[in-house]
Amino acid sequence: MDNQAENPAILKKQARPPGKITRMFLTLYDVCQFVTRFFKEGFLPPYEGRELMRQCYDIGYRSLALISLTGFITGIVFTKQSRPSLAEFGATSWLPSLVGIALLRTLAPLLTSLIAAGKVGSSIGAELGSMRVTEQIDAMEVSATNPFKFLVTTRVLAATITIPILTFYTAMVGMLGALLNVSLFEDTSARAFFQASLEQITFLDITASTVKAIIFGFTIGMVGCYQGYNSSKGTEGVGKAANSAVVIGMFLIFIEEVVSVQFFGLFRT
Amino acid sequence: MEQKKPTDMDQEKVIEIKGLYKSFGTYDVLKGVDLDLHKRENLVVLGKSGTGKSVLIKIIVGLLTPDLGAVKVLGQLVDEISYKELLALRLKVGFSFQNSALYDSMTVRQNLEFPLVRNQRNLTKGEVNIAVERVLDAVGLLQTINQMPSELSGGQRKRVGIARTLILQPEVMLYDEPTAGLDPITCLEINNLINEVQERFHTSSIVITHDLTCAKAVGNRVAMLLDGKFERQGTFDEVFNTDDERVKPFYEYNFIQ
Repeated sequence: MDNQAENPAILKKQARPPGKITRMFLTLYDVCQFVTRFFKEGFLPPYEGRELMRQCYDIGYRSLALISLTGFITGIVFTKQSRPSLAEFGATSWLPSLVGIALLRTLAPLLTSLIAAGKVGSSIGAELGSMRVTEQIDAMEVSATNPFKFLVTTRVLAATITIPILTFYTAMVGMLGALLNVSLFEDTSARAFFQASLEQITFLDITASTVKAIIFGFTIGMVGCYQGYNSSKGTEGVGKAANSAVVIGMFLIFIEEVVSVQFFGLFRT
Repeated sequence: MEQKKPTDMDQEKVIEIKGLYKSFGTYDVLKGVDLDLHKRENLVVLGKSGTGKSVLIKIIVGLLTPDLGAVKVLGQLVDEISYKELLALRLKVGFSFQNSALYDSMTVRQNLEFPLVRNQRNLTKGEVNIAVERVLDAVGLLQTINQMPSELSGGQRKRVGIARTLILQPEVMLYDEPTAGLDPITCLEINNLINEVQERFHTSSIVITHDLTCAKAVGNRVAMLLDGKFERQGTFDEVFNTDDERVKPFYEYNFIQ
């Protein structure tokens, strides 16, 4: 066999390197394959239940302190900033329902997801990135285990499950912050505050918020895993993976927020 | 130092490589590699850094795909089998990484349990413990069972890495630079361990190295990668008994210095 003449490496040298647009489409194709692989492998046995639980604990429980603080402060600040505008129209009694709707519909999913994109996305990107450059992922491959199932599906599923739970937690803590602010300025009981807040919240609000949080969680997990799993070029690559996981994650969350607001707006009268 | 004797060349071939090419971008690494590994043989692959030694063994386990050529491992063409078949084949091929590649978020015990429980799901907790302790004892590191990889020395990490591959009872072992970055005493211990593994677990091995002391101590046969091809193969003395200017400096640096 005349190997020299058939060597594709020699042919490759003559081919031009792909341009920017070609590379963009190649990356897009790669992302689609990655997502498809998740759906193919994520729901088929064997299941990595213990690792999934560990990831849920890492993503959820360990983000609680930061999310509690952010949610609580947001509730206080939003209430404080909204009061003067409502007071101009003598509508301060609407404050609880305004805060409730704003928190549940947009602030809680968006804030929780942005914090998670920073905290969780970067941590997933860096962890998988460093596993890639230190050949730990290759070590899983050669020991006949499926690293994608163990590392990627568990993290994406954990983020998808945990972010909606954290979203409702943020909304609840935000309401407590709002209640604190209201009770400082008005003679309103906690019961009356929550009653006023919750009676304006519809089933559609809860559904929209849940769906958005699921999509945001999936995005955070997927972007972090994709960047980390495909990182290269040593420690520099790990840094880039963590950074890209945050930047791309946040960018996609904002786009998804705009699209979902438009979409769920269609169902509101 | 005594040189190991060559094995019987008529023995069954466990790895057959024919006309293997691999390039990265415009850099051709392997340019028509032919190589055979015989049953129960330790074959040492020597070569300068960047000559494609690690690339070669990564192609053997399907971590990299060749541009051209055929790689047959235990009778199966690596390029032509399905992913499921590749996973089954990898159970029979142990790979010891240059930097050990231990899972740094797991203890030594969990590192060893990880491949075992995922490939033999019917094992009881007791059977897993026995298997873990057996291979750790074989590499002389039973006392480190509950330590984290970050608490181990370089030599210990290499040993645990080898134990992690042995737990699946492979037929073929691939060692990527087993003595790189280790002191001479630890190198000697690792060389002895490679020989012990060959005798105790009846494995056939490819040892990638540029350490000639290791090559002489563990290799039944030596193959030298020069300009992307194996131009010199044979016993240690046969390979280095030459005036080839590409080979001589290698020997002189390792032994005369």
